[in-house]
Amino acid sequence: MSRLNEYHPSRFHGIWALTKRELKKWLKEPIILLMAILQPVLWMGLFGKAMNIGNMFSSSNISISDIVLPGVALIPPQSGSITISGTALSQMFGNLGPTIMQNIFGVKDYFSYMSVGMISFIVMFTTMFSGMSIVWDRRLGFLNKVLSTPVSRGAIIFSKVLNASLRSMFQATIILALAVVFGLQVSSTFSPIYILAIYAAIFLLCLGLSSVFLALALRSTKWETQMAIVNLINLPLMFASNTFFPISQMPSWIQAIAQVNPISYLTDAIRRLTVTEFNASAVMFDFAFLGIFAAVFSVIGVALSWRYLTK
Amino acid sequence: MSEEVIKTEGLTRVFNKHLTAVDHVNFSVKHGEIFGFLGPNGAGKTTTINMLITILKPTEGKAFVLGFDIAKQDNNVRNVIGVVPQEYTADEDLTGLENILLCADLYGIPRDVAKKRAADLLKLVELTDFKDKKVETYSGGMRRRLELTCGLINRPKLLFLDEPTLGLDVQTRTATWDYIRKLKKEFGMTLFMTTHYLEEADALCDRVAIIDHGKIVVVGTPEELKHSLGGDIITLSIKEDPDVSELIRTVENVKEVKNENGSYRIKAEYGEVTAPFVIEALRRKGYTVTKLSMTEPTLNEVYLEYTGKSMRDTEESREAFRSQRMTMRRARA
Repeated sequence: MSRLNEYHPSRFHGIWALTKRELKKWLKEPIILLMAILQPVLWMGLFGKAMNIGNMFSSSNISISDIVLPGVALIPPQSGSITISGTALSQMFGNLGPTIMQNIFGVKDYFSYMSVGMISFIVMFTTMFSGMSIVWDRRLGFLNKVLSTPVSRGAIIFSKVLNASLRSMFQATIILALAVVFGLQVSSTFSPIYILAIYAAIFLLCLGLSSVFLALALRSTKWETQMAIVNLINLPLMFASNTFFPISQMPSWIQAIAQVNPISYLTDAIRRLTVTEFNASAVMFDFAFLGIFAAVFSVIGVALSWRYLTK
Repeated sequence: MSEEVIKTEGLTRVFNKHLTAVDHVNFSVKHGEIFGFLGPNGAGKTTTINMLITILKPTEGKAFVLGFDIAKQDNNVRNVIGVVPQEYTADEDLTGLENILLCADLYGIPRDVAKKRAADLLKLVELTDFKDKKVETYSGGMRRRLELTCGLINRPKLLFLDEPTLGLDVQTRTATWDYIRKLKKEFGMTLFMTTHYLEEADALCDRVAIIDHGKIVVVGTPEELKHSLGGDIITLSIKEDPDVSELIRTVENVKEVKNENGSYRIKAEYGEVTAPFVIEALRRKGYTVTKLSMTEPTLNEVYLEYTGKSMRDTEESREAFRSQRMTMRRARA
């Protein structure tokens, strides 16, 4: 019988070749990267800086004039009246802002709180759009060509997931660095080694989310469909989470969504690792949730994609 | 050693449970030949090729490519075949060379071997000077040649070409044929191609199968097929309205007459001798011949004979064709 092609692609070889293609395409279009970075930066700048919740209650905003209390208002009543110095009151309540922030948000300034949330924002958008690229691959016939080569079907799926994860990690690094430049207050418990844990958390969320979006993209023949899905779910995913506001202050029905929203867990994990005080058990819980999410959804996503690719 | 590079046994594919794109197809391709699959759009050419290159599973039937079962040993099949798809699949954002090396990676070819092969192939298709340019700057002909190199990087025993000259102008098309011949000679491969250009099948293919409505209607060498028509084709029109098919049929050596909207296609042996007799017979009954032409059979006549359609009828405008292709793809999805 005829001689076989003497080479066989190892699983890793195939994954890497396809991932490299995506990364090359990405690096050749720095404008797309710039836009992808610019968007969260604008959110950080406009939303994070303008919504200066901590500052609303700072001493400069609480200027209370002298208060004159009639003696009868006191217990026991006294004759005449007493005057309370406004300056003293202002000083007393001047610390209210930071205290409220600390109790509700866990940090002293809102910017630190929300700029960390921007990493989840990045992860969400990158994974959503990575799904869209497979729609193009299919329309342009590239997917069929790859399917006719001996590269494993799993490698095709996993390379997309890996690509989304690498992009997210890269962009998250830039966003975190920019946030520090713009005034992110790192907590006293922060250690550089936590950055590795942040990457791990990002990877877990990417794994789950991009598998799902990939399966959705393979089902929808038009990128417009994918676009519509992305537009529909990004708002609820973003706002029914702790990205912008603490879950504890939300109405109970939103809380219910936020409690299962994986975005909340990534944001919480990163927040605890960077800006709030480190709490090992809480971080472990976040990781456990992200791990389970990644496992369940990547299995579902890969199974659905597999069925399509081996039709 | 089996001489049959491809063998199908009742190969069938049904889409969405009712659209039978390929219907119990049987054929075999011999070692070293260029085998052409000819048929109108939507006849089932691409579906057949997609099954043979293992990206689509047959609903029924079997097929063997170089002895491997396409359904059970699909990965072995993928290893020994090369595929040049209908579309330009090269990545626009990458350079020509990067695209070839990506293909090489998909076959697991080590980098040093891949680079050497890529250099040889680029030289062969005369793209060496453009290898570091982004594919988006390539012309249609250059893209087609680049696709060829990607299909050849694994030194396939069998190369599949799906509509290799679709959308190319006549000059580029002829040039592409030369490349294909050159490649075949260089690598001694077997080629399986689909086309809906008859002159392409005539110029390139050793054997041709005509497929229509998912079924193979005839297989043979272009010469055999032309010969099977058994004579020349006389086409004539008359001034008067009535159908004169019966009258023409009475003339000696006339084998068959078809009335196609007032124009008569007459199959006759010794056409140059028979034609005057036909004119004479018509004139005797008071009919006036307004137009007459005679052709020795070409593949076009063969095609017409077996599918009942002129190639021209099936060749719609480019736009209509593209939209139809999109629809087909959606149906397949």
